Amino acid sequence: MNIIVCIKQVPDTSEVQIDPETNTIVREGVPAIINPFDENAIEAAVQLVEEHGGTVTVISMGPPQAEDALREALAMGADEAILISDRCFAASDTLATSYVLSSAIRQIGDYDLILTGKQAFDGDTAQVPPGIAEHLGIPQVTFAIGLEVDGKALTVRRLLEDEFEVTQVEMPAVVSCVKQMNEPRRPGIKAKLAAKKKNVQVWDQTCMDVDACLCGLDGSPTRVVRTFAPTRNTEGTRFEGEPKETATAVIEALIDDKII
Amino acid sequence: MDFSFTEDQQMIVDAVRELGEEELAPRASEIAERGEFPWENVELLREMDLCGVPVPEDYGGLDMGFLTWGVVGELLSYYCSTTGAIFGAHMLAQYPIMQFGTEEQKQKYLVPLTTGESIGAFGLTEPNAGSDAGAVATRADLKGDKYILNGTKVFISNGGEAEVYVIIANIDPSKGTRGQTAFIVEKGMPGFEFGKDEKKMGWDALPNRELIFQDCEVPVENVLYRTGRGFRVAMETLGIGRLGMAVGAVGLAQAAFDAAIVYAQQREQFGQRISEFQAIQFKLADMATGIEASRLLYQRAAWLKDQGEKYEKLAAMAKVYSSEMVSRVTSDAVQIHGGVGYTRDFPVERYMREAKLFEIVEGTSEIQRGIIANRVLREHRI
Repeated sequence: MNIIVCIKQVPDTSEVQIDPETNTIVREGVPAIINPFDENAIEAAVQLVEEHGGTVTVISMGPPQAEDALREALAMGADEAILISDRCFAASDTLATSYVLSSAIRQIGDYDLILTGKQAFDGDTAQVPPGIAEHLGIPQVTFAIGLEVDGKALTVRRLLEDEFEVTQVEMPAVVSCVKQMNEPRRPGIKAKLAAKKKNVQVWDQTCMDVDACLCGLDGSPTRVVRTFAPTRNTEGTRFEGEPKETATAVIEALIDDKII
Repeated sequence: MDFSFTEDQQMIVDAVRELGEEELAPRASEIAERGEFPWENVELLREMDLCGVPVPEDYGGLDMGFLTWGVVGELLSYYCSTTGAIFGAHMLAQYPIMQFGTEEQKQKYLVPLTTGESIGAFGLTEPNAGSDAGAVATRADLKGDKYILNGTKVFISNGGEAEVYVIIANIDPSKGTRGQTAFIVEKGMPGFEFGKDEKKMGWDALPNRELIFQDCEVPVENVLYRTGRGFRVAMETLGIGRLGMAVGAVGLAQAAFDAAIVYAQQREQFGQRISEFQAIQFKLADMATGIEASRLLYQRAAWLKDQGEKYEKLAAMAKVYSSEMVSRVTSDAVQIHGGVGYTRDFPVERYMREAKLFEIVEGTSEIQRGIIANRVLREHRI
């Protein structure tokens, strides 16, 4: 089976810092990494191909430095990598991004499954995977924690807030993966060295059948009016004492604040 | 001249740093406290292809030389000194087989040592053959197509846990060092047992065990290099061992320094951070300088080795200098921490206990100075 994994390079914002002047994320000096959920998607793809045969193609839309993320994916076991990079794709919102990615996927053509992370670490919208599925007109299953392939049938176990849901779709389909799905492998030095030598294709808009009006800023109906860092609340309330009494006090406080 | 890493070296450094920060450092103190061989870390070294950095690719290695090996070893020691020491001791079996082994021996032993399937150890030291390495009393007597080994090795790093041992024994004590012969001995060979695991001042998770040979039968094809040439095998292996010690000392010293310089900027006394007192500043300056100088020494020694040039003098210099440096630096790190530095709540007391070992193993400081003096006098004969 042929699997395409869509990944995004994001700043390693385990400690997010917001510039108070511009209200944007401080990116200077913050290393770029593969969006953590996308690593789960890569791992799932590599495992499926190890079991069923086929190839894993990893694609990313982004600036030239996103090549590093693609090479990391190659080191994790992906077979091919394509960087989708063009100035006219810059400033794409989730609609335009999913349009460009779906155009690239159409161009690749031969695929059975498209895997993505559940959402990007920086934007947190989770809109791109469903967008890709809509553009391609194929089924989508979000928040997958488990995958099982049987011929063209794909059984997906979804992680919902309070329960699991098991659903079955016919491939090709788009599936977004959650963190609990697997433990992404740590590529060894040999795999990293080999990945350095592999070819990463770079596709600009001329490599795909895309309408420039639907890409970049022009293709993005989203308008960012204002971004701001959430104000930091002052002191919380501390409840101390015997567990039983403390629990009662907490419940009363929550009721008073009309939270429960 | 170029002091920067190549792109590949930088990639390895980044990967080992990530491994160290995520996996090794968080458990380092617990491993030392627990005192058990950290197989979980050995498993990580395997997964990361770090068990054979200088070994040629044909045998499964990275073929990246001893300088890269040293840099990796320094980082491992920085994040988890025990793991760094295991990594170093492993090379003491791997290197002589790589250097002196036959093709069959390399396929049988070097390949699994390089993939990390086996762990290695080197057995030279005996109760009466420490600094005087020529006094090895372990006997090897030829009987048919086997050598029969009898004797006891002590303080053997990785002993008991390792599968592959390079052992120095004497086939003809009347010939002294010219009777010494190196053997590859496998764990589990009949007559090969493990004795006491030393209780030490530090390094509780690093085994230093007795190896006991009682009529241990070793096939003749396990003679490493030639009979009667074991002393040369031992000396060449010790050259790498010294490099490994310098590397470990620098890693440990850097860990102590990093802990101290953070603490010095957090701790306040007399209304200011103690890093603002010149007494502390001068300590930090000397610590940083010692570490930097030691690092350059081991890197130059390793570089010479990688160029195929004589490196023994530099390796001895790196070993003696960095081992005395790490004792000073870790002691100063405890001093900067004051009372809490003496407690087990902070890692610096462990670093200080571990540091002393570097001045003793792989040739004491006195032996190193003897080697250096011998070389410089030979170089400057008038």
